Amino acid sequence: MVELALPKNSRIRVGKTWPRPEGATNLRKFQIYRWVPEDGENPRVDTYFVDLDKCGPMVLDALIWIKTNIDPTLAFRRSCREGICGSCAMNIDGQNHLACIYGMDEVKGDIRIYPLPHTQVVRDLVPDLTHFYAQHASIRPWLETRTPAPEKEWLQSPEDRARLDGLYECVMCASCSTSCPSYWWNSDRYLGPAALLAAERWLEDSRDEATGERLDDLEDPFRLYRCHTIMNCTQTCPKGLNPAKAIAEIKKKMVARMV
Amino acid sequence: MHEHRTERARVSGLGSARSGTGHFWEQRISAIALAFLAPFFVYSFAHALGSDYATVRAIYSQPFNAIVALGFVLVACLHLVQGLAVIIEDYVHGRAGIVWLIAMRLLVGFVALTGAFAILKIAFSA
Repeated sequence: MVELALPKNSRIRVGKTWPRPEGATNLRKFQIYRWVPEDGENPRVDTYFVDLDKCGPMVLDALIWIKTNIDPTLAFRRSCREGICGSCAMNIDGQNHLACIYGMDEVKGDIRIYPLPHTQVVRDLVPDLTHFYAQHASIRPWLETRTPAPEKEWLQSPEDRARLDGLYECVMCASCSTSCPSYWWNSDRYLGPAALLAAERWLEDSRDEATGERLDDLEDPFRLYRCHTIMNCTQTCPKGLNPAKAIAEIKKKMVARMV
Repeated sequence: MHEHRTERARVSGLGSARSGTGHFWEQRISAIALAFLAPFFVYSFAHALGSDYATVRAIYSQPFNAIVALGFVLVACLHLVQGLAVIIEDYVHGRAGIVWLIAMRLLVGFVALTGAFAILKIAFSA
């Protein structure tokens, strides 16, 4: 059932305001969601001040600066710091972004940072993506063939390869799926835009021989048809991909094999 | 009860229903039909609205107006069932959702039959 309010133990309270760095003149205010499972407390929003003269330009730079200089207990995921690992997806200023490729100058006013929406939080800005990854695994994201493998590689024309552009670049940061209201209400059964984009990548692959079985597995009122073309996925994708279009292409294939 | 189920098993659930495309396709066809039926229905209804009963009977005894009105009511109800089913499936889960889905179909079915009866009565009583 749809939940319009957070459970009592998840309601967010005003947290601590951490001291301003001494001698800094170029400050930026951050409001960051904090939650630690061990202390039994409700989540809170802490206020930090970042010295922009000593910090890089991206939101992730500021988080690392805070962790290094103010509060070492702040937890968040990061790795590549260049938008390819997909680790640092979080809700910044009301929209999901990769913190590493989102500039502080793109936000007006205070920078508010929360974990990805409607996810189970492990701690602070770290969401539990186990279910999200299991959904990705369920669409069998690998080449499936029946024909005995050729001695060298499976051939693909440059034109067929080009059909995968816009589909293969997904870094699985979960920004799209966790921005989707349909995924919020039905993520137990709806695969979500990220998994469906990956599904379309394999449905489009000219070398794959399991298209029919893949469509069989997707043809479901919930797995696929919970997409109502809300388009939050496409609006939020930090890589500029279009999961909504990929899902529409899957629906077109479904109709094509029926009509 | 299922505390040791893996996340992968949860995602697989009961498997794919192998359906949904029919609903998706038919909802679009009913939408196209409504795009044609609605303007004609509104046109004839605008003439009938506020008129006396004799005039209304005269309008809807015309086969074209009666067929458009009947088509509009039936297809609109079909489209309503298709749309409301999606909304209920979205927001009401478990047993409550099934109760809502049944109640909604019965209610909209009643509306469709009542509307059809009213139009036929007007059309054939002139």
